[in-house]
Amino acid sequence: MIQLESVTKTYPKAARPSLDNVSVAIDKGDFVFFIGPSGSGKSTIVKLLLHEVAATKGRVIVNDKDVSTLRSWRIPHFRRTIGCVFQDFRLLPTRTAYENVAFALEVIGKTQAVARRVVPEVLELVGLGGKEHRYPHELSGGEQQRVAVARAFVNRPLILLADEPTGNLDPDTSIEIMRLLDRINRTGTTIVMVTHDSNIVNQMRRRVVEIEGGKIVRDQPRGVYG
Amino acid sequence: MRAKYVLSEVMVGLWRNVTMTVAMIITMAVSLTMLGASVVMYHQVGLMKKAFLSNVQVSIFLKTTVTPDQTQLLSTKIKGDSRIASVTFLDETASYNQFKLQMSGDPQLLQSITPDQVPQSFRIKLKDPSEVPQIKAGYNGLPGVDQVIDQGSVLKRVFAVLGALQGLALTLAIAQGIAALLLVANTIQVAAYSKRREVAVMKLVGASNWFIQSPFVLEAMFAGVIGALIAYGGLVSAKFFLIDGSLKALQSLLGPVHWSTINLMLPLLLVVAALVSGVTGWFTLRFYIKK
Repeated sequence: MIQLESVTKTYPKAARPSLDNVSVAIDKGDFVFFIGPSGSGKSTIVKLLLHEVAATKGRVIVNDKDVSTLRSWRIPHFRRTIGCVFQDFRLLPTRTAYENVAFALEVIGKTQAVARRVVPEVLELVGLGGKEHRYPHELSGGEQQRVAVARAFVNRPLILLADEPTGNLDPDTSIEIMRLLDRINRTGTTIVMVTHDSNIVNQMRRRVVEIEGGKIVRDQPRGVYG
Repeated sequence: MRAKYVLSEVMVGLWRNVTMTVAMIITMAVSLTMLGASVVMYHQVGLMKKAFLSNVQVSIFLKTTVTPDQTQLLSTKIKGDSRIASVTFLDETASYNQFKLQMSGDPQLLQSITPDQVPQSFRIKLKDPSEVPQIKAGYNGLPGVDQVIDQGSVLKRVFAVLGALQGLALTLAIAQGIAALLLVANTIQVAAYSKRREVAVMKLVGASNWFIQSPFVLEAMFAGVIGALIAYGGLVSAKFFLIDGSLKALQSLLGPVHWSTINLMLPLLLVVAALVSGVTGWFTLRFYIKK
């Protein structure tokens, strides 16, 4: 599903590489935590998987496609197979929960009829039934992140990337979001989550890949934060 | 549905930034009016040149001391010249009559001149107007010939003035055009900035590039098209109030400007405006919205 083969990423003007000769393979349906201190290079992995940045060396394979060989006009289509959730939710403040999720469908050319069928379903799935017409500022942080998860999942991606999704949430809300991601994982969606929230990692007991100074220092099937 | 989305985005975009939109439309309209005017002028000058040059005459003025033999000799030579299409001889009376006509505003001068002081002349029309210099050289200095005058040289000065005016209009059109393009680029950047959240989400969920860019590009094109329509309106009122109005006297020199010429500017200006502003918008976005 996802494969990094001896990937090195050095940003322009950086003294040392953010990722240094990293190899890791993630199977379909896996749930993987990438952990490590700030600046360890874990967010670079998300950027590489989305092809927001290109690897300096090595191959990045997502959904059996080598992203470095993707033509730039193919990138939008490629991204439709990946859902994405961030620490800052990235919702549109002038649109309701429903409209935020529907927006993701509209802009890739789905009809309103499709949106009317699919959006309530996915909002129900994330536990926001009845709050479809609230604006982001009328929702709690946890609820906003649920909208973001709904938006990432509405297109039924093969992979869901989550970059510090609980970073702005209190512990209880964080656990609720993790339950939600777990439920999505059970539908067969591969989940890659970057975090430094040790509580969460310890509770979930999923595969843990620890990165430090751009290198993988640990890869454990049912790991804890350490 | 997508068309509806794109169109509503365009209208929202134009309205959100309405002062900028108006500035963009005005500069564009002025620039396009100048462009249209200089194209019309170019067209008119072309027509004029054709009309005048095909009519161009060379006048061979004879000395007042010319003898009838010399005149006869010249007449024979001219009639036998294959480069000459037609010739008219103005004898003393005819020349004096023409002189009277030209000088009718100056009776004092008229009184002081008698018919025998006005030179006789041959008025020659050429088959090929470009052969004027050869004709001039061939007849200058022949016995009885005072001077050979080419009317084309007078016309050339008129054309030079018109050409300068046209160059001025074109320069203004280009300067205004650059200002209009910078405004387009700036407007597009402001629009892209105010919609940066939407753009970020669109890129994230995999909206195609044309889908992200088309509302912005159409916004620019829309302003360009409105500018072109205003410019066309400007040309129409110029035709009404200037060419057919206060500057009507000029028509004898410039020739009539036909409505068909003015109307031809509409599609031209529309295409130029839409294309140029659209391409500018698209390029601005390429730099502004990176992958």
